[in-house]
Amino acid sequence: MSDHLIFHKSHPGKIGYSLPSLDVPEVSPSDVVGSEFLRKKELHLPEVTEPEVVRHYTNLSTKNHHVDKDVYPLGSCTMKYNPKVNDAMANLTGFSLVHPNQLMKTVQGALAVISGLEEQLKAITGMSRFTLQPSAGSQGELVGILIMHKYHELQGNQKKTILIPDTAHGTNPASVTMAGYEAVQVRSNKKGRVDIEDLKNKLTDNVAGMMLTQPNTLGLFENDILEITRMVHEAGGLMYMDGANLNAILGLVRPMDMGFDIVHINLHKTFSTPHGGGGPGSGPIGVVENLVKFLPIPLIDEKDGQYYINDDLPNSIGRVHTYFGNFGILVRAYTYILLLGIEGIRTISRQAILNANYLKARVKNAYDLFQDDHCMHEFVLTAVKQKKAGVKALDIGKRLLDYGFHAPTVYFPINVPEAMMVEPTESESVESLDRFADALIKIDDEAKNNPDLLKNAPYSTPVRRLDEVTANRSLTLRWTPDLEG
Amino acid sequence: MNIPEHLFYTDSHEWISLDGEIATVGITDFAQSELGDIIFLEFPEINMNIEYGEPFGTIEAIKTVADLNAPVSGKILEVNTTLEDSPEKVNEDPYGEGWLVKIKCSKLEEIKKLLSKDDYEKIIA
Repeated sequence: MSDHLIFHKSHPGKIGYSLPSLDVPEVSPSDVVGSEFLRKKELHLPEVTEPEVVRHYTNLSTKNHHVDKDVYPLGSCTMKYNPKVNDAMANLTGFSLVHPNQLMKTVQGALAVISGLEEQLKAITGMSRFTLQPSAGSQGELVGILIMHKYHELQGNQKKTILIPDTAHGTNPASVTMAGYEAVQVRSNKKGRVDIEDLKNKLTDNVAGMMLTQPNTLGLFENDILEITRMVHEAGGLMYMDGANLNAILGLVRPMDMGFDIVHINLHKTFSTPHGGGGPGSGPIGVVENLVKFLPIPLIDEKDGQYYINDDLPNSIGRVHTYFGNFGILVRAYTYILLLGIEGIRTISRQAILNANYLKARVKNAYDLFQDDHCMHEFVLTAVKQKKAGVKALDIGKRLLDYGFHAPTVYFPINVPEAMMVEPTESESVESLDRFADALIKIDDEAKNNPDLLKNAPYSTPVRRLDEVTANRSLTLRWTPDLEG
Repeated sequence: MNIPEHLFYTDSHEWISLDGEIATVGITDFAQSELGDIIFLEFPEINMNIEYGEPFGTIEAIKTVADLNAPVSGKILEVNTTLEDSPEKVNEDPYGEGWLVKIKCSKLEEIKKLLSKDDYEKIIA
């Protein structure tokens, strides 16, 4: 299998397409868009044949681990199976061949999907309205915090900080900082939940709100949630729910009922749309009634049986994406929700919780648990025992690749030493869970009897250990001809 | 694990060496080995005042980002700018070329709060 870039397969003048001759008047791009928008340098697209393109990307796709290949227990990422029917629906020409600049009366079906998905998300979360524009959970977070900011601005509040637990995703403090606030950390207690005493101490007049993941990144339900949201509201703050772990509570408890004011949803996690490099993602934001006026424009509304674009929100934070977000993703999520129905939706979370607790019970003799408590949809192991034999969480993760599995999330949450965060999702059968548990147990044996085997893993992957230092320090993200020297 | 006798330590794994009222600060051998490959350091501005125990910078490794906590109060005199291009020196020589900042101490009595080699050794055991 060749490891060459597609650019290396290029040869000047090689043509892999045939187009009919031009039968409309030729237009110069600079006449239409203005010459300041035209590129100055040549584009350098690879010149290759169709079979070369197909083979190149087919070969690349087989080098990757993906959920169609085997278990992908990457904690906090909900790498569930993506049903193929989602793609079939998104590929219907009424969805795939429409353009957002068409007359709205010609795309009523597409608008009905946007509106219908919003209704479903409202029912699942209890929120009053959603924007479907944000194209990732992280963008959703930023939008949510900007809404919080606008709310306080209109109230005339001068608040400068946002509280974040020490188990939070790294995107939380990043979003807070980007929105102009300062992040203040709240400690976890011995049970892995928000420490109420520490929260009390940090909850000053200066606090604009709190971001909380429910269940948290340790896979534990924040039992004191009603008290937490009451305390923050009494101090004049808003509650933001990081919805990354929504897969654990679908149909069981609604964010609104727990006292959250803003919630983001990762369609690419909870609602089975493609994830990671295969995205794009989608991170809708839902808000309670008194924050609806701040949502990004436009919203899709209905009048006399016709859907239309509502731009009339004078207090909106503005636009955060072109048109209506990643529309093809919305179609997939809507398909998933409608096919499951309310009982199916509830079964997702019940099964995800059952799977995680089963897997936890199978491996807990081999690995220490950070919290030996009933978990929700994921749990966190710590490789402190294995580390005494010189084997780290990273080595265990790498060795799992040799067994044909993806590794768990390692070294997160950051308050857990040698963390391995495991989220099997509801997609796995008991047989799959057993195969994965057997591999983890066998790797623990290897750690005891042959630690060097683990330190040099993986052996069976297309590449061995990657040079992560160079990858992080030398951020060359785009190929250009100059790189070839 | 290398823990030099002549230095003071914090429970957040900084070391400090004192020359009059000038303190040189770095992270311990244990800290660098726990963090793994260090890729980026964020330092305070020169002349910035820092408070004992408060974060004054960050250290970014492949697997995590950690705060640098001030082992003494005072003013930043100098930062080790060579680490911008070669942060790996913190991994290779944490007590030497991998030093981080020099601080002019404003409260020398704070030194009493710091740990000796023996105390620090117990913490990481």
